[in-house]
Amino acid sequence: MNLVVLVKQVPETTNIKINPETNTLIREGVSSIVNPFDMYALEQALKIQDEHGGKVTCISMGPPHAEAALREMLAVGANEAILLSDKAFAGSDTLATSYTLAKAIMKLDKFDLIICGKQAIDGDTAQVGPGVAEHLDIPHITYVNKVEEITNNQIRVHRMTEEGYDVILSSLPALITVVKEIGEPRMPSIKGTLRARKTKIPMWTAKDIEANERMLGLSGSPTQVIRIFSPEARSGGEIIQGESASEMADNLLTRLMASHII
Amino acid sequence: MNYYLTEEQKIIKELSAKIADEKIAPQAAELDEAEKFPWDLIKVLAESDLFAVWVPEEYGGLGGGIFEQCLVVEELSRACAGVAVSYAASALGGFPILMFGTDKQKQKFMPDIASGSRLAAFALTESDAGSDAGNIRTTATHNKNCYVLNGTKQWITNGGEADIYTVIATLDPKKGPRGMAAFIVEKGTPGFSFGKTEKKMGIRSSSTRELIFKDCEIPAENLLDREGKGFLIAMRTLDKTRPGVAAQAVGIAQGALDKASEYAITRVQFGKRIGEFQAIEHMLADMATQIEAARALTYSVARMIDSGERHISKASAMAKLFASDVAMKVTCDAVQIFGGYGYMRDYPVEKMMRDAKITQIYEGTNQIQRSIIGSEVIKGALRRK
Repeated sequence: MNLVVLVKQVPETTNIKINPETNTLIREGVSSIVNPFDMYALEQALKIQDEHGGKVTCISMGPPHAEAALREMLAVGANEAILLSDKAFAGSDTLATSYTLAKAIMKLDKFDLIICGKQAIDGDTAQVGPGVAEHLDIPHITYVNKVEEITNNQIRVHRMTEEGYDVILSSLPALITVVKEIGEPRMPSIKGTLRARKTKIPMWTAKDIEANERMLGLSGSPTQVIRIFSPEARSGGEIIQGESASEMADNLLTRLMASHII
Repeated sequence: MNYYLTEEQKIIKELSAKIADEKIAPQAAELDEAEKFPWDLIKVLAESDLFAVWVPEEYGGLGGGIFEQCLVVEELSRACAGVAVSYAASALGGFPILMFGTDKQKQKFMPDIASGSRLAAFALTESDAGSDAGNIRTTATHNKNCYVLNGTKQWITNGGEADIYTVIATLDPKKGPRGMAAFIVEKGTPGFSFGKTEKKMGIRSSSTRELIFKDCEIPAENLLDREGKGFLIAMRTLDKTRPGVAAQAVGIAQGALDKASEYAITRVQFGKRIGEFQAIEHMLADMATQIEAARALTYSVARMIDSGERHISKASAMAKLFASDVAMKVTCDAVQIFGGYGYMRDYPVEKMMRDAKITQIYEGTNQIQRSIIGSEVIKGALRRK
């Protein structure tokens, strides 16, 4: 199996500050980490590798220091890593990002399965994974919480839904995005960390991936951010009290009828 | 303090700290309460190569030494001394094989110990042979191609969980220390079983258990070194591993200081954070200074041992003695800073105080350490006379 894991380096805090003038993230003084959901994507890739063998390649698009995120993936067990970095990529929205990543994946010899985290914790769009699949014209399955089996060039997974899960069978190659229910990511090892330090991470530019420049970076990004803001916190709600369950149910019913909800 | 670690040592320390903070700390209270052996965490340590740090590369290790081992033990102990000792005890069981085993014995056992796929343990103590280790009563009888073991070992760390045991037994009780020998005994050997599991004050997630030998036949090739060398093997092993106990003590103390200082900046009394009261500030200052002194001594001794120095008993005893006394003092003070909350099991410092106590007792009580140090001091004075 040739597995590809897409990785994003994100600011460490979940309490992100936004510059109100430019509507962009304030990155100064905030250390960077691997997007936590991408660690679950790597864990799923390594589990498949444990069972079926093959190679795990991690790809990240970002500034040169995003290499640190890729080294972390190598320390945990990924075999190879590629960094996509070019001034031409700057300012990409999800469309341009997924186009760029897809072009890079096309340059790989072969791929059977692409695994992404369900979303990045900074942008929270959850669009890049499916976008990559569309650019590659392959099926994608989002919110996967279990890979049941991979046989005869097919993959059967559970897709988490609000009520339970769907069982989905797809042909390969395909792209899946995973949720954290997939299983605790493993820790890096000392040998892996030492190996990661020595592994050469090639840096690919727009030219290397033979991309159409008009589809990259700002010029390839139709999205315009008008305003970013923190939503107002929801107020407390009301807890219906009562001596017993049936009394509580009665009180609830009375309140709902009084509010003309039922 | 900057101890000028190499790149590899930094990786070992950072990875151990990451595992301690992310995997061990969240489980520490629960493991203590349940007295449950932390197999899932042992697996994490194994997969991260931490069991390999002190093992030479030719036996599947990373080629480090006591110092690297101490870095791991210290970081793990910050989060839970019970998990840390389960890790460290495997090295205690493995060191006699590494130091005194033949190449064949090392090839057979060390790779598994280095990978963490099998845990090791060291069995010296008996009910009537604690500090007086020369008084052991577990016997070994040479019989054709095997030795037959009979007797009971007590308070063996990793007992029942480990697969590989280094066992000290006597071939002739009349000869005392000179009649002893060390053997490698594998779990599952007929006649080798496990007795009582102890209920302890601290390090409660670790296993402390009796080993029972009843006409237990072990192959003669499992003898370490020669007959008569058992006591020496035990003492040389303990000389080497005492800095590990010191590192454990430093880690427990650091964990307690971290918690106490965090509490001092959040707890408000009389309208002020308690850390702003000089009484608390000075306690924190003493704790931090004592810990740094203990760490500096521990690291120095560990590095000295790794450099191949032969006479290590005194320095090794000093590190263990000093660091464990610091751990006891610092954890008591941490409980004091937390006040009533510190005495409650909902808060982490009372566990650290319970855990710290054992470091003054095992691998030689601190009274024994003082005897070792004192006799070396006297010997030195006599030589100069």
